[in-house]
Amino acid sequence: MRTRFQQGLDELRQKLLRMGGLAEQAVDRACQAYRDRDLSRCQLVLENESLINAAEREIDELAFDLLAMQQPMAGDLRFILAVTKINADLERVGDQSVNIAERVMDMVELPAVDLPVDIPRMAAAVSAMVRRALESFVEGKAELAQAVLEMDNVVDRMRDEAFIMLVKTMNERPEATRQALDALLVARNLERVADHATNIAEDVIFWVRGFDVRHNVPDPDSQSQQEIKRT
Amino acid sequence: MSEAKVSSAKARSAPPQVSVWRRFVNHLMTGVAVLTVLIVLVPLVAIFGYLLYKGFGSINWAFLTQTPKPVGEPGGGMANAIVGSMFILAIGSLIGVPLGIGAGIYLSEYGRNRFGDAIRFISDVLNGVPSIVIGIVAYGVVVLRQKHFSALAGGFALAIMMIPTIARTTEQMLLLVPQAIREAAYGLGIPRWRATLSITLRTATSGVITGVMLAFARVAGETAPLLFTAFGNQFWNLRLDQPTAALPLQIFTYAISPFDEWHRQAWAGALVLIVLIVGAVAAVRIAVSRGTLAGAR
Amino acid sequence: MGVGIQVKALNAWYGKTQALYDINLHMQANHATALIGPSGCGKSTFIRCLNRMHETIPEARVEGQVQFGDFDAYNGTSPTQLRRRVGMVFQKPNPFPTMSIYDNVASGLKLNGFRNRKQLDDTVETALQASALWEEVKDDLHKKSGAGLSGGQQQRLCIARALAVQPEVLLMDEPCSALDPISTGKIEELIFQLKEKYTIVIVTHNMQQAARVAEFTGFFLLGKMVEFDKTEKIFTNPSDKRTEDYITGRFG
Repeated sequence: MRTRFQQGLDELRQKLLRMGGLAEQAVDRACQAYRDRDLSRCQLVLENESLINAAEREIDELAFDLLAMQQPMAGDLRFILAVTKINADLERVGDQSVNIAERVMDMVELPAVDLPVDIPRMAAAVSAMVRRALESFVEGKAELAQAVLEMDNVVDRMRDEAFIMLVKTMNERPEATRQALDALLVARNLERVADHATNIAEDVIFWVRGFDVRHNVPDPDSQSQQEIKRT
Repeated sequence: MSEAKVSSAKARSAPPQVSVWRRFVNHLMTGVAVLTVLIVLVPLVAIFGYLLYKGFGSINWAFLTQTPKPVGEPGGGMANAIVGSMFILAIGSLIGVPLGIGAGIYLSEYGRNRFGDAIRFISDVLNGVPSIVIGIVAYGVVVLRQKHFSALAGGFALAIMMIPTIARTTEQMLLLVPQAIREAAYGLGIPRWRATLSITLRTATSGVITGVMLAFARVAGETAPLLFTAFGNQFWNLRLDQPTAALPLQIFTYAISPFDEWHRQAWAGALVLIVLIVGAVAAVRIAVSRGTLAGAR
Repeated sequence: MGVGIQVKALNAWYGKTQALYDINLHMQANHATALIGPSGCGKSTFIRCLNRMHETIPEARVEGQVQFGDFDAYNGTSPTQLRRRVGMVFQKPNPFPTMSIYDNVASGLKLNGFRNRKQLDDTVETALQASALWEEVKDDLHKKSGAGLSGGQQQRLCIARALAVQPEVLLMDEPCSALDPISTGKIEELIFQLKEKYTIVIVTHNMQQAARVAEFTGFFLLGKMVEFDKTEKIFTNPSDKRTEDYITGRFG
């Protein structure tokens, strides 16, 4: 039944996954560029930004069309709404990757300095969050999304630590201020990417469970909540 | 552009044999239908025409107001027969119409079962009974009891003849009323009997009246059942329990007589009878249509 | 004022075929409840059991309890008494064709013995106003036949006719399925206003209509009631997979 509608939904899903892949790739590239001080990778990130923006437009158009023409209900409606939100978050992830690339381009012109922060470790965690959020969308599994929500705290702590250490560095070694500042901004960008990954996870939970868990309202169906109820 | 013109020209004169043949058959069939209508109309027109021709001259004021005079005396008329027919038909209708409609209502609303089927069968059989046999039955039931002929007996016989026709047409007309109408009535909390009378029957009114007029027109011209019941009368009689004159009887008597004067009067009587029947049916039709509202069927 | 409807263990048969299996339901007073489901699922049979119209079909049988507020529909009330308190509007508008608009609306009263002319006039006017038809027909009340109106007007006439009897509950069996979108819109507006005074139960094939009009929705399937909940819940996040499949058009 409703073949055209089903095809539309499948197309929407495919497009979003493709865009997810582009966004993941952008984050990974930007982080590798930081680690390897590689200008060519930065260039790639900047060039692929337009692809991400075009994909965002396409997805919004298709979702709008399905809403207007197919009167989706229940699960289908939640799916389409979730897709439009995830769409916006992925585009922002692309933007943040561009910001990181621009910081790297600035950093490369300066002499390399030893900084007491492990940006690559933070980048790996953030990248994992994005990947897992997209996985939870592909599989339609709310448990995977729930795991992403929990990782956000870890990344927030990393950002706070980086902030403290880098401010200390800027006070003790003023000649490394610009490099430290660049690193600080990159940490901030990474933390923003983690936030977007969290949003994506929340949208997946809304779609799958029909419950809005944004802004830390606990999901009554989640395992931890069930345990809390039982005690 | 030119291609379009060529192809449309081709379409216009497309397979010529098929289109010409089909048109011919179409016209032929229409012609046959018209022809059959004309054939049916011919006897009707012929009868009317002939009646007019033979009878019109004999209709005068005396004919319509005087009782029959003995042969040889000029003048005389069928006034008593006209009035007598009206009485007999009135009695017949008073008995036959309510019973017929009642039977029709029963058959349509409550008789969708074996018992109803039995009644339908009996009704159809009764419809086919020769009118003279009905006259004899009426003779046995009414005349012998009362020890005299009467308009009452005549009316009784005609009523028996009216009932099957009225019952069947009423049933058919009621069955045509959509079930949705009945449901609407029940949904309002109207009891079934009330719904049947005030809503279902009222919706079928025009059809039921047609059925009644059909039965009426049929019995208005019946002669045989009146032979042993009303019997006929040469004089005025306004009493219901005495032999009464009736137009068909009078026409019959005059027609088989050897007198030319009476033959003349028979033609006139026949014409008057037809005019009265047609007039009655038309009057009822007009009355019904006046009572119908804008937009109703 | 409307009354609540409590249905307990309702079963219904057409001859030997069972059409409804153990239906339990509570419909709130002064609210609209929609019943949805695929063709043949029993929703029309159900609504007809509420005002005992199911019984008018030969060999039809009902078991169970239907309670309107404080009176029991099957014990101690005759069908005609019940139907004066529980009105019905049908799928295809069915005004009485040989009666005028006035007589149509007044028929429920006139044929139940009310003859007071002034009272009838007032009731007819009130009913026609309540069904948003007064302005359009007030000049033709006695001149036009019920069948001489457009489809949407006829259906509003049928609603007025049902309301004139002053029921407490109004049952509507797919009232808009024979109407164009504008007439449908008018009647949906009407249902919204009627909720203040009556309890409404509406059977509909059109899910968007159920969503627009009713606070509660029940989903019927194969003679059973699968799910009954607030309309928003049914249409955004139903609990039963069968409900979800029906609503998203996966079947039916």
